[in-house]
Amino acid sequence: MDAGDVLVWIVWILAALALLSSGLAVVLFSNPFYSALALIGNLASLAVLYLLLAAEFVAAAQVLVYAGAVVVMFVFVIAYLGGRADAPWAGGPTLQSVAAVVATAAIAIQIVVAIALTAGDELSAPADVTDTFGSPQEIGTLFLSDHLLAFEVTSIVLLVAAVGGVVLASGIPGDRTE
Amino acid sequence: MLGPGIAAYLVLSVVLFATGAFGVLIRRSPLIILLALEIMLNAGNLALIAFSRQQADADGQIFALTVMVVAAAEAVLGLGLIVAVSKKRVELDVDRLTSLRG
Repeated sequence: MDAGDVLVWIVWILAALALLSSGLAVVLFSNPFYSALALIGNLASLAVLYLLLAAEFVAAAQVLVYAGAVVVMFVFVIAYLGGRADAPWAGGPTLQSVAAVVATAAIAIQIVVAIALTAGDELSAPADVTDTFGSPQEIGTLFLSDHLLAFEVTSIVLLVAAVGGVVLASGIPGDRTE
Repeated sequence: MLGPGIAAYLVLSVVLFATGAFGVLIRRSPLIILLALEIMLNAGNLALIAFSRQQADADGQIFALTVMVVAAAEAVLGLGLIVAVSKKRVELDVDRLTSLRG
């Protein structure tokens, strides 16, 4: 184990701890405003993990799109609506919270078993990648050659979502039922 | 590949997905349910990128970027719906949002 390996392990452990603790914080903070802010930490630590997996462009897009745009939108809507506290577990464990824990554990075990049964023996030896793997150049080439249809459909999806969001939030003109 | 293997990333992804699922199941505020949904989508993205690195095939990263776009669109529409519901003076609690007719 050389120095580079130790360094990557340290970075990975720090990012993993930040990822899991901020994820729990999002779920458990009773104030929605704090939850949205914790989501930023969650997304940033995910970006670090993406960098370790040689996905530079996705890491950059993650920070720009999520931490830069989606979370800002969340914070804006929470500020607009006035974040009310919501702590369903406040009065001790209820039937719902116990059932949620059981269901969550079942989902996790199910995923682990499914992956271990189908791909367990292939996971130990990752293939070698070149330096350009995951670079903007390679992603751009793939998007404009093999995945051109997905790229174009994506732009339409974003347009429809943007128009739909505006219509939903501002109300349809002429609709007097509000 | 330096550092932990792909399996470690997949375990992280599973735990993160379970955290998000727990949030969706236990919270009542639709805003926080949307935040927990984002966590679940991101856990899926982490698994996609880990598999992409394992196969040395960048198609998984393309898939992850597409998921990111869909997640952004979902957040826009979800927040738009929440704002529309709040304009009807209905309490933002998924246990009470049982009727679609205003």
